[in-house]
Amino acid sequence: MSHHHREPESILSLRVRALESLLVEKRLVASEAVDRIVSAYEEDIGPHNGAKVVARAWVDPAYKQRLLADGTEAIEELGFGGVDLRVVENTPGVHNLVVCTLCSCYPHALIGLPPTWYKSFEYRSRAVREPRVVLREFGVELPENTEIRIWDSSAELRYLVLPERPAGTEQLSETELADLVTRDSMIGVAVVRPPRAEVGAASRRGAGAE
Amino acid sequence: MNGIHDMGGMHGFGPVEPEPNEPVFHSRWESRVLGLTRACGVQGIFNIDESRHAIERMAPGDYLASSYYERWLDRNVRLLVEKGVITREELERRMADLAAGRDPAPAHTDPDLQARMVRTLTERPHFRQPGPPPRFNAGDHIVTRHDAPVGHTRLPRYARGKHGVIARSHGSYIFPDTNAHDGGHQAHPLYSVRFHAAELWGASAESWAPVHIDLWERYLEAAPPER
Repeated sequence: MSHHHREPESILSLRVRALESLLVEKRLVASEAVDRIVSAYEEDIGPHNGAKVVARAWVDPAYKQRLLADGTEAIEELGFGGVDLRVVENTPGVHNLVVCTLCSCYPHALIGLPPTWYKSFEYRSRAVREPRVVLREFGVELPENTEIRIWDSSAELRYLVLPERPAGTEQLSETELADLVTRDSMIGVAVVRPPRAEVGAASRRGAGAE
Repeated sequence: MNGIHDMGGMHGFGPVEPEPNEPVFHSRWESRVLGLTRACGVQGIFNIDESRHAIERMAPGDYLASSYYERWLDRNVRLLVEKGVITREELERRMADLAAGRDPAPAHTDPDLQARMVRTLTERPHFRQPGPPPRFNAGDHIVTRHDAPVGHTRLPRYARGKHGVIARSHGSYIFPDTNAHDGGHQAHPLYSVRFHAAELWGASAESWAPVHIDLWERYLEAAPPER
């Protein structure tokens, strides 16, 4: 951001400032309310929140059951919300992948705003039709007979993938487990990697390359 | 509508290219567009379905040439003009004012608006509403309507006239096809519907790649179970 300050302002930036100024003048918007929402997305909301949900499900089978049955309610137990959530579980033989072909629906109240690639025409057009090719572009190679379930988020439910807990993580605490969970693994374009020392074990299991 | 936004299954877009260490916003104006959009929503100026449909109404060439937040900005201006909140001339004049270093807007604070905006980050969305009892049960075979409505719809084009199976009943949700068009925000039963890849894509489908789509009952007809 800061490196843009010395450059001439773009028309887009000027247009947005003008829109904000008009809406403030009409008392429909207050700039500090916009600041507050922006900082929430920049500082508070992000994949670390979803990672806590995933780690809890890994260590607490009863919580996992509640999460899969009603994601909306189960994340409220951990103090999260703002989204009608459906959680879909990866298991041996089943891998889930989330997309929104019509716009870019994403569980942002839980895991933050989507990356640009998720909103891209490339991902939106191709994830439903050739998921294996798309996953390969992300470095995920799944066994031929693994079913890839694609979830096209066409309504007001948002989808979150519950990734498989990596082998060799039995000794890790819930917090340490949460640290392993990435944004991409909760969208379904990555698998969760074990901590570094366990990488050899994972590749023997065919969990996919980096 | 048969819009450019309805991209599922299209060819020609090339590989997905993630940006390493991508920031939340790429410039300040993007973050302001997001915040302004949220404020307009909370103030009841436009609803989510009108908002999506406004983006769908961009000229296809403009849609493809615009970034995500450029489409959001286009949508906001389009709807605010259509709803009589601002005029395009007013916006041009304000741009000229700001470019000349003048901001005529008097300072304005609104703690209540801020609180309401912050609440949307944690409170349950209101889209699930009481509605008629669902006609279908999990396991029922359905076929989706084959139609090309001019207005907003959330039945993707690639899933029109296709056979699928009800995977789960979600309860009733506000129906976007009417909510986008002053047609009312009545709720209708919503289902997760599972489609075989070959039903959607034919012989070129990948194997073992079923697609689940959330579809309203109004998009569905009962079908015999032979497929």
